[in-house]
Amino acid sequence: MNWLLTLPILLPMLVASGMMLLRRRPMAQRLVSVLGMLGLLATAITLLVTVYRDGVLAIQLGGYAAPYGISLVADLLAAIMVLLAAMKGTAVVIYSTVSIDAEREAYGYHPLLHVLLMGVCGAFLTGDLFNLYVFFEVLLMSSFVLLTLGGERGQVEGAIKYVTLNLISSALFLAGAGILYGVTGTLNMADLAIKLPAAGQPQVANMLAMIFLLAFGIKAAIFPLFFWLPASYHTAPAAISAIFAGLLTKVGVYALLRVFTLVFVHDIGFTHGLILMLAGFTMVTGVLGAAVQSEFRRILSFHIISQIGYMLMGLGLMVVLAWSDTEATRAAVTMGLGATVFYIAHHIVVKTNLFLVSGVVERLQGTGRLDSLGGFYASRPVFSLLFLVPALSLAGIPPLSGFWAKLALVQAGLRLEQYGIVAIALAVGVLTLFSMTKIWAAVFWAPDPAERPASEERPASEERLSKEKGLAMMIGPIAGLAGITLLIGLAAGPIFEVAMQSGVQLLNPQIYIDAVHPVVSE
Amino acid sequence: MTSTILRSSTRYLFPVIALFSIFLLLRGHDEPGGGFVGGLLAALCFALYALADSVEAARRLLRVEEQQLIGMGLLLAACSGLPGLLAGEPFLTTYWTEQWVIPTVGKLKLGTPLLFDVGVYLTVVGVVLMILFPLAEE
Repeated sequence: MNWLLTLPILLPMLVASGMMLLRRRPMAQRLVSVLGMLGLLATAITLLVTVYRDGVLAIQLGGYAAPYGISLVADLLAAIMVLLAAMKGTAVVIYSTVSIDAEREAYGYHPLLHVLLMGVCGAFLTGDLFNLYVFFEVLLMSSFVLLTLGGERGQVEGAIKYVTLNLISSALFLAGAGILYGVTGTLNMADLAIKLPAAGQPQVANMLAMIFLLAFGIKAAIFPLFFWLPASYHTAPAAISAIFAGLLTKVGVYALLRVFTLVFVHDIGFTHGLILMLAGFTMVTGVLGAAVQSEFRRILSFHIISQIGYMLMGLGLMVVLAWSDTEATRAAVTMGLGATVFYIAHHIVVKTNLFLVSGVVERLQGTGRLDSLGGFYASRPVFSLLFLVPALSLAGIPPLSGFWAKLALVQAGLRLEQYGIVAIALAVGVLTLFSMTKIWAAVFWAPDPAERPASEERPASEERLSKEKGLAMMIGPIAGLAGITLLIGLAAGPIFEVAMQSGVQLLNPQIYIDAVHPVVSE
Repeated sequence: MTSTILRSSTRYLFPVIALFSIFLLLRGHDEPGGGFVGGLLAALCFALYALADSVEAARRLLRVEEQQLIGMGLLLAACSGLPGLLAGEPFLTTYWTEQWVIPTVGKLKLGTPLLFDVGVYLTVVGVVLMILFPLAEE
């Protein structure tokens, strides 16, 4: 158990520092990088299986007891998130072995990627709010460098917005943590869940809830704090924007899920009502933003925002508990939370995949603008199908993963009689389909606008050959992720069962608290 | 920049600062000092050397690349937590040796936090020099 909880943080750190020693050996770096990710993946699978079998796991680092020492806690949500992070880390790392240029590699792309993963896994596993802050910083620092690596003009411009907004959010987070510590005298989340209500200052608690909503909201890119995301994500190479798109905002969503189910549950009518409203706005603005874009990765970036709205919807549905705390509503709310977890899982896989596809498209045709792309269905039908799987899944076409995620959310919404948000969710689904068909029509179906007669194409064949070199290493992960999307769709039952279990854990914070606290009394 | 005064004083200052940085590192656990300050001082040594002579000479003196230094430091720091794991305790559980009394030197106690501090020391030296050397080269 000690190993299992520590390894997801320790392994990326060991691998990253080991790779720094191998600075001058790119081949060795790639090998270590891939092996390290596979190790992480294996650990994550074991962790999830163990948590599912034995319940919530907790350890105290260094053997210091809980409110003073640092706890690492893995409940189902955390374990699922770690597994997803490892899964996409593996896909991206294999993809980057050919797609990342030598210069970026020499500046430490691979170590940075592992440091990023270390921050992400740490944020998922820590049971302490201050450590959450520290791990946020770890992942932000490495993401700053990853985003600007290469130093192209567009990258730096996007990075300025990204860095500024994230620094503001970190400052808010730190201030909130400080005030929270002043009020309760602890930052251990399980401890906070007990001490914050006992402090008897509901107004201060509400203010703190808003500070944290703001801080995590910026990181999760919810309405109206999302504008940094479409400004920065598409500027970096595809592999990097894939890892950002799939993972970084989801760390924000995870933090929201964690604190708004464990710590700030004193005034659900207000806080979660607000979250539900923001969820609606986030969905709509994201999808409308995507509708007017005409660049592959920009469209995808805006869709991240609208998808974040869906994830928040499940959390926001908890608002119903404020006025009707019956068995039936609790069951429906559990379903909503479970659906959120399922949605995150589906989203991380699908979104990463779409960004990886965009990388291949850009590599082959040299641009991401929809009007100058085309002809992929004619030249590469199998690859086109690989795009179609995640794209349709994102839009929620049965039997793919996105359909079940949306179905569960909509069902939970209907059972709780929140018809407004359900209507928005359904309408946004249709608009998502519109965006995806736009990409499909322009990139895959339309004839290639740069199509030249066969006689002129001969001299370019050498260049084409160099572009195609190693393409299998890029398409392999895409196919793998598409396979997982199909698998989530076809085996939705058992996977949904796990997600529902984590919903149960989220709705009953006592399970989490009990897992951390017996260690305190020892 | 070549200044005779700086060059000849550096020759004497370098070992003194280097020794003092190691003194701070070893003193660190229970008393003021530690890997961070020690590392800063050690980096200062090399910065001074680079000013007095040249960045190239300072790099030669360092022998390893700055990035490798960071890597080694992080590895050491991470490894300092491993004995706990291997013994079935939580990560970062500390272990200390008995306190040895060495004639004329003083009391000596070794433990995993020292390893951690050495890791911090190396990382700090690496990071500071990684920032300073390119700046000095420009």
